[in-house]
Amino acid sequence: MFTSFFYLLRARGLKVSLNEWMSLIEALDKGLHGSSFTGFYYLCRSVLVKSEADFDKFDGAFLEFFKDMELTDELPQELLDWLENPKEKPGENFDMERAMQNEWLSQEEIQRMFLERLQEQKEEHNGGSYWVGTGGVSVFGNSGFSPRGIRVGGEGGQRRAFQVAGERKFRDFRDDNTLDIRQFQMAFRRLRQFSAKADEARTEFDIDGTIRETCDNAGNLRVVYERPRKNTVKILLMMDSGGSMDYYSRMCSALFQAVSKSNHFKDLQVFYFHNCIYSKVFKDPRMCPASAVQTEWILRNISSEYKVIIVGDAQMEPSELLNSSYYSYGARDDVPGIEWLNRFREKYPHIVWLNPSERPYWGGWWAKTYDIIHKDFDMYRLTLEDLNSALKKLMVNR
Amino acid sequence: MNMTFQGSKDYVASDELMRSVNIAIALQKPLLIKGEPGTGKTMLAEAISQALGKKLIIWNIKSTTKAQDGLYVYDVVQRLYDSQFGNEGVDDIAKYVKLGKLGEAFSSEEQVILLIDEIDKADLEFPNDLLWELDKMEFYIPETKETVKAKQRPIVIVTSNAEKELPDAFLRRCIFHYIEFPDERQMREIIKVHFAQVEEHLLRQVLETFYWIRGLYNIQKKPSTSEVIDWIHALELGGVEPDKIKKAVPFVGVLLKKNEDIDTMKRYLK
Repeated sequence: MFTSFFYLLRARGLKVSLNEWMSLIEALDKGLHGSSFTGFYYLCRSVLVKSEADFDKFDGAFLEFFKDMELTDELPQELLDWLENPKEKPGENFDMERAMQNEWLSQEEIQRMFLERLQEQKEEHNGGSYWVGTGGVSVFGNSGFSPRGIRVGGEGGQRRAFQVAGERKFRDFRDDNTLDIRQFQMAFRRLRQFSAKADEARTEFDIDGTIRETCDNAGNLRVVYERPRKNTVKILLMMDSGGSMDYYSRMCSALFQAVSKSNHFKDLQVFYFHNCIYSKVFKDPRMCPASAVQTEWILRNISSEYKVIIVGDAQMEPSELLNSSYYSYGARDDVPGIEWLNRFREKYPHIVWLNPSERPYWGGWWAKTYDIIHKDFDMYRLTLEDLNSALKKLMVNR
Repeated sequence: MNMTFQGSKDYVASDELMRSVNIAIALQKPLLIKGEPGTGKTMLAEAISQALGKKLIIWNIKSTTKAQDGLYVYDVVQRLYDSQFGNEGVDDIAKYVKLGKLGEAFSSEEQVILLIDEIDKADLEFPNDLLWELDKMEFYIPETKETVKAKQRPIVIVTSNAEKELPDAFLRRCIFHYIEFPDERQMREIIKVHFAQVEEHLLRQVLETFYWIRGLYNIQKKPSTSEVIDWIHALELGGVEPDKIKKAVPFVGVLLKKNEDIDTMKRYLK
């Protein structure tokens, strides 16, 4: 039964498992959707989606799927039944008349409005205020279902079904609290993830276990050892060096010191780049050609479990980011910087951008590349609060 | 089973929340509740327990809590002491096995509500250690060779503040609900539950100011429901003229807990 919805959700990046799908089927069997489309929507969401950050993706996929049904004729029988059987859904049903009012809208227009709305949401998330607008929810359902079907029945003015968006609230902190190394280090303590691997030797003294075993042994000492718990976090640090970054060299070097002195990481890899990541990066901050490393090599050999921190001001001449033939420190290739950045973003799910500088007020070039990068990366200032949020972000799957 | 949750007289639940609660009850799966602090995650369990007339067992999770604590604790040291002084009943290991909250919930004759509060406070592995127990609703005590099996599957509510990510395997077994911050209309209802007769004029001023502060760009710790309730309380006790609320924001310390936030607000107030 409408298994293609399952695959669509997975294709849209939701980690829906078969278990959850079976739960959904079970729930439908039990009639937990309450014979309404609204109920169906919420049922799917609460069973299949496990993070508020994914609600948006889910809504997108839901729209996409139920929009296409009319066209592809793959309407699940069950849904058809609900819609064609009015006595099962008194009061909270699909209002054909209202749907017809929007009939003149074409698929493209609906698509466009939908995208616009998504855009809107992004903007306000940058701005950091509250969710806005309800624009056109009723429209989205038009080419199939949902003008009223999807939102909570009988609660006008609360059309949020499609706006329960992610938690990507961006906060800015106005004061540039100067951070010293210790503060940095304390912050980096956050990056811990312990594991007790089964294959490690038991080398650590276990007090609780010893007490227990000794007591069990009628008070005769019996010593117990356990496996050490080690931090498994691996860090890949990419630092912008030179040029406009010189202003922030003290701050960046404090950051670097803190990271390299935090010896609790399982592995730490540091590379330098100028302006943007291109086909080569460097092991040395002066970026002498001898220390060059192919960026490809990093992407191939440094696994995606690494947590990536990019430090840079994200300000450069637009062509340095967007043009494919930009020449930087002996590296010329056909791939523009932005593409390299995107490759990093795709490969590493845990990635943040730390920015020592603010968005330039005077706009122009510098702000342009800042905005482009800011759009794709979670960007944080180098203030204590922001650094903490960035590192917290690195630890969770969002 | 004809058991549905419709909110309670002390707790205003949104439609979506009620749906999720009922889905979780019907599917017999843990309900995972996330949301901003102060949106009433913990109170939900109390409300469900009241509404369904079932006993509530709360397991508060701290950073040092281990999964084992929730099942049972075997007080081996006590047993050794007792044996050295020749007390009676040392042979009976069961005497030294104390059930934890989870064990208590399982062994209850009646169906209970089990609240696992702030699960994200514990170690990262913690939720994984509970998978089997929550799935099968049973566990084995090797010391007494006894299996504790739920007589009535408890209704399990899990809350999380998203301090740490929960493992996927755990998430897959839960029904998920995110409590959004209440909008003005819902907030009105919530306040009415707490203050039977609050003056309409005052209420309007309070809500306007409250949402205005929450909307400010630079506020670091946004005030939440519990704070607005305290604030109304303070305003009523202080006998503040409602018209002054918006202009002067009296007792602002109740709403905003950080100095920087108070400064920010004052700057916007001018």
